Amino acid sequence: MRLVVEKLACRRGVRMLFQGLGFTLEAGRALIVTGPNGTGKSSLLRILAGLARPEAGVLRLEGAPEPNDFAEDVHYLGHLDAHKGALSAQENLAFWRAMLGRPALTVGEAMEAVGLGGLERLPVAVLSAGQKRRLALARLLVAERPLWLLDEPTTALDVAAQLRFAELARAHVAAGGLIVAATHAPLDFGPCDGLDLGAWRPARPVAERIDA
Amino acid sequence: MSRAFLALLARDLRLALRAGGGAGLGVVFFLAVVVVTPFAIGPDLALLARIGPAILWIGALLASLIGLDRLFSADAEDGALDVLAMGALPLELVAAAKGLAHWIATGLPLVVAAPVLALLLNLAPASIGALTLTLLVGTPAITFLGLIGAAFAAVFRRGGLLVAVLVMPLTIPVLIFAVAATSTALGGTVPFGTPFRILLGLSLAAMVLGPIAAAAALRVARD
Repeated sequence: MRLVVEKLACRRGVRMLFQGLGFTLEAGRALIVTGPNGTGKSSLLRILAGLARPEAGVLRLEGAPEPNDFAEDVHYLGHLDAHKGALSAQENLAFWRAMLGRPALTVGEAMEAVGLGGLERLPVAVLSAGQKRRLALARLLVAERPLWLLDEPTTALDVAAQLRFAELARAHVAAGGLIVAATHAPLDFGPCDGLDLGAWRPARPVAERIDA
Repeated sequence: MSRAFLALLARDLRLALRAGGGAGLGVVFFLAVVVVTPFAIGPDLALLARIGPAILWIGALLASLIGLDRLFSADAEDGALDVLAMGALPLELVAAAKGLAHWIATGLPLVVAAPVLALLLNLAPASIGALTLTLLVGTPAITFLGLIGAAFAAVFRRGGLLVAVLVMPLTIPVLIFAVAATSTALGGTVPFGTPFRILLGLSLAAMVLGPIAAAAALRVARD
């Protein structure tokens, strides 16, 4: 499996965030996207997840059942945790496990893996920010997806939890998975490539008018 | 796919029934409208019996719209909508599952409460039967038409008013034929079946078109 991105351009309003972006990510590798705030790291991940449309360019996941429309083969973990505060941790995770399909770990195993064992019955509203984030990471484990898109995955995590998550991510990569992660924290995801989005900023950041 | 549909339905029902979920709000509003009306109109039993079905339907219509503006925006705000949109379940069915859950949590209690509340408005037994039947058939139409407004509310990130303005005009035909069907029970030349069948048709059309339109609105927001 291979993620191929060619001549990708992203526009927010009149500003061109990046253009001509291209990379290839092989199975069993992670791509760490870096760059200053506002260079389009989150926008890139949303485009890869199929949640936003690129201004131009092609993306495909070679080896997926539908190489050009591969949202169903992707885990997207954005800034938001996608939990319901009124439901318990276990209910939230069990819902995503049933909803996403292609189940992998059970709810109990996934919660154990992220270090939340014993908190299953607590409503998510009373969990701490770090615990909520861990529960969001557990969502990656309950459904099987080859490509993980992670937007600042370790926000609010303590050092031990960061190391624990890096270990899970390395296991995913070692099993032939792919990871694209936007992060400021130095994380060891195993064999990885780097992408500095700051270098892809167009010389003229304001988009040209098409009708001119 | 049906597993995902049922999972979403179960989650939304559970959320609605939990504290602060708002399942009871519609019924309380409905109750308030119906209880206050006889005091406002006065002790004219004949008048109450004549306008009772209309009052009950107006109450049910407004009560059905309560909470609709949060239907998709809650999921949009906590990021769940992004994850839902990427799954194998098409957005149309996501919308349908959420609409169905909303109807079971707010519409169905109205249908159950209506026969009891109808007594307060001096409705004849035949009228009560006809009214309950039209509510059972008509409230899903309102909820599923409301999905369109709910989707727009999530897209524009503000929406209480938007839902009312967008959805109310669409629900007028439902209101007209539902009240017409109920009043045939009091006599007249038109049989009950005529307006009732149109109401059924409106309801079925809304159940199909509502989720499709809502999904289209949610997709536009992503581009």
